[in-house]
Amino acid sequence: MKSVSAAKQRLAADLKREKERARDDTGIIHFDNVSKYYPGGHAGLSHVDLTLTTGEMAFLTGHSGAGKSTLLKLIGLLERPSSGQLRVLSRNLNRLGQRQTPWHRREIGMIFQDNRLLFDRNVFDNVALPLVIQGVGYREIGKRVRAALDKTGLLHKEKAAPVTLSGGEQQRVGIARAVVGRPPLILADEPTGNLDPQLSRDIMLLFEQFNQVGVSVLIASHDIELISTLDKRVLVLEQGRMVYDTVTEQRHA
Amino acid sequence: MHEPTSRPTRRSGPRDWLKRQARTALAALGRLAQAPLATLTTSAVIGITLALPLALHLFANDLERLGSDWNTGASLSLFIDPSVPDEGLPILRDRLLAMPGIDSVRTITRDEALAEFRQLSGFGEALKMLPENPLPAVLIAHPTHDAPVEQLATHLRHLAEVDEVQLDLAWLDRLRAISRLLERGVWVLGALLGLAVLLTIGNTIRLEIQNRGEEIRVSKLIGATDAFIRRPFLYTGLWYGLFGGVIAWWLLTVSLILIADPLEQLAGLYEYKLRFSALSLEEFGALLGISGLLGLLGAWLAVSRHLKEIEPG
Ligand SMILES: Nc1ncnc2c1ncn2[C@@H]1O[C@H](COP(=O)(O)OP(=O)(O)O)[C@@H](O)[C@H]1O
Ligand SMILES: [Mg+2]
Repeated sequence: MKSVSAAKQRLAADLKREKERARDDTGIIHFDNVSKYYPGGHAGLSHVDLTLTTGEMAFLTGHSGAGKSTLLKLIGLLERPSSGQLRVLSRNLNRLGQRQTPWHRREIGMIFQDNRLLFDRNVFDNVALPLVIQGVGYREIGKRVRAALDKTGLLHKEKAAPVTLSGGEQQRVGIARAVVGRPPLILADEPTGNLDPQLSRDIMLLFEQFNQVGVSVLIASHDIELISTLDKRVLVLEQGRMVYDTVTEQRHA
Repeated sequence: MHEPTSRPTRRSGPRDWLKRQARTALAALGRLAQAPLATLTTSAVIGITLALPLALHLFANDLERLGSDWNTGASLSLFIDPSVPDEGLPILRDRLLAMPGIDSVRTITRDEALAEFRQLSGFGEALKMLPENPLPAVLIAHPTHDAPVEQLATHLRHLAEVDEVQLDLAWLDRLRAISRLLERGVWVLGALLGLAVLLTIGNTIRLEIQNRGEEIRVSKLIGATDAFIRRPFLYTGLWYGLFGGVIAWWLLTVSLILIADPLEQLAGLYEYKLRFSALSLEEFGALLGISGLLGLLGAWLAVSRHLKEIEPG
């Protein structure tokens, strides 16, 4: 009996969320005049406006120190904006409390330049971690981890220790971990920073595949050469300001 | 595989919750088993710390039991009038034995009293110079278990043959005072050593948190709640506490075996069976309860202090 009423409650909550989503569909990511000042007054990001629509894929580029990582960190709630409005996945992040942060992060797949794998466990356990955190059942975990490893071409490395993998393979394990929870949004911070051009290209094509099935993707990268061959939206940051956007085709500064 | 819309995270029922707890508890146990020497060392420190107040508690318990048997060791010394000859003593003894409340009577004739006094006092030579034996004969009566000793003493004082009755309860009072002191000592020592256990476990968990810093950061990055991150450390603390409790029990049992012989001798001296005994099942359960709780609490303190310091960045 209890589980029936719980299921009903769950359904009602889902419906309410979907309604809220439909009402203010300002895109999956929406920055409105967002600034981020680090302690000491140093500007990481100043007065940034940006909308990424649901299902879009875009590259974020700019010199080192331009604010790319800062922008991604704000989306994943690793940092909080100093001013301005920030909506992600139809959530007003300005009003999202500390306690809700985990649930927000579960809907974002994050990928890092240094992959941040846990080296004391094998590939399978690394990829399974998000599902373990979400309390998914054992059998379901097995299925979904293998599906993610299959997508990233690592099914045969399931039992391998991360140290025994090449840089490109490690990065793909990181990607498998990011997508195993089937997030609607993927953020990647310099995912190809340590890889040679061919491997970098493979990684980017992998992201493109996820995008093709509807996942929104935002990738920070300073590899202009590679980005220019991919025919996607490009956003350029310079000293914390958004100075160029191929979609709006305009220089801001 | 990918649906563009996000499904809400599947909520789970109490059975899933239990399953997850069990899995986390077992995982924590497995982690401890991977470093058996370190685990054993920490558990042994906790065990030894717990064994001390526990041993004192048991000892105090036994003393109290000893003291609460009111008449154990209590005796009435009847100093007999010198006019009563030695031959009259057995008759008097039998009369005493016939009285209700008297369990046994020991007779010390005047000569025996003198011999005993000589031996114990060392005044042998000086006593030889006395013209006659100055000591009275003594009958020592041991009251039965539940006899009203004070009343008995009054009654005996009225006997014509008896000059004086001395009720010897002093050492019993002393025993009770010591046992009260010991009991208080158990609480003070227990509190102090409990704190030591708390600090030991807290420090062990703090190091564990530091060692697993990257795991914590990554887990937070991919949506772990504080409760999820806290849980394995709490279970680790609980296990340490339980292991410590078992080791304390084991140390105590071994110690009891080691001191069993001299203890028996001591008990014999006091004509009483000391029951300085191993833990009962309830006491063992209480020990595990307390040690487990201390472990949990120590871990909780460490976790709530140090987990906030580790943020993904
Ligand atoms: N935690 C921090 N504390 C202070 N300043 C920071 C911090 N993180 C980044 N910054 C500064 O913010 C600016 C943007 O940094 P970042 O977002 O990392 O740039 P990018 O990723 O494009 O290289 C830089 O000037 C950097 O020095
Ligand atoms: Mg960066």
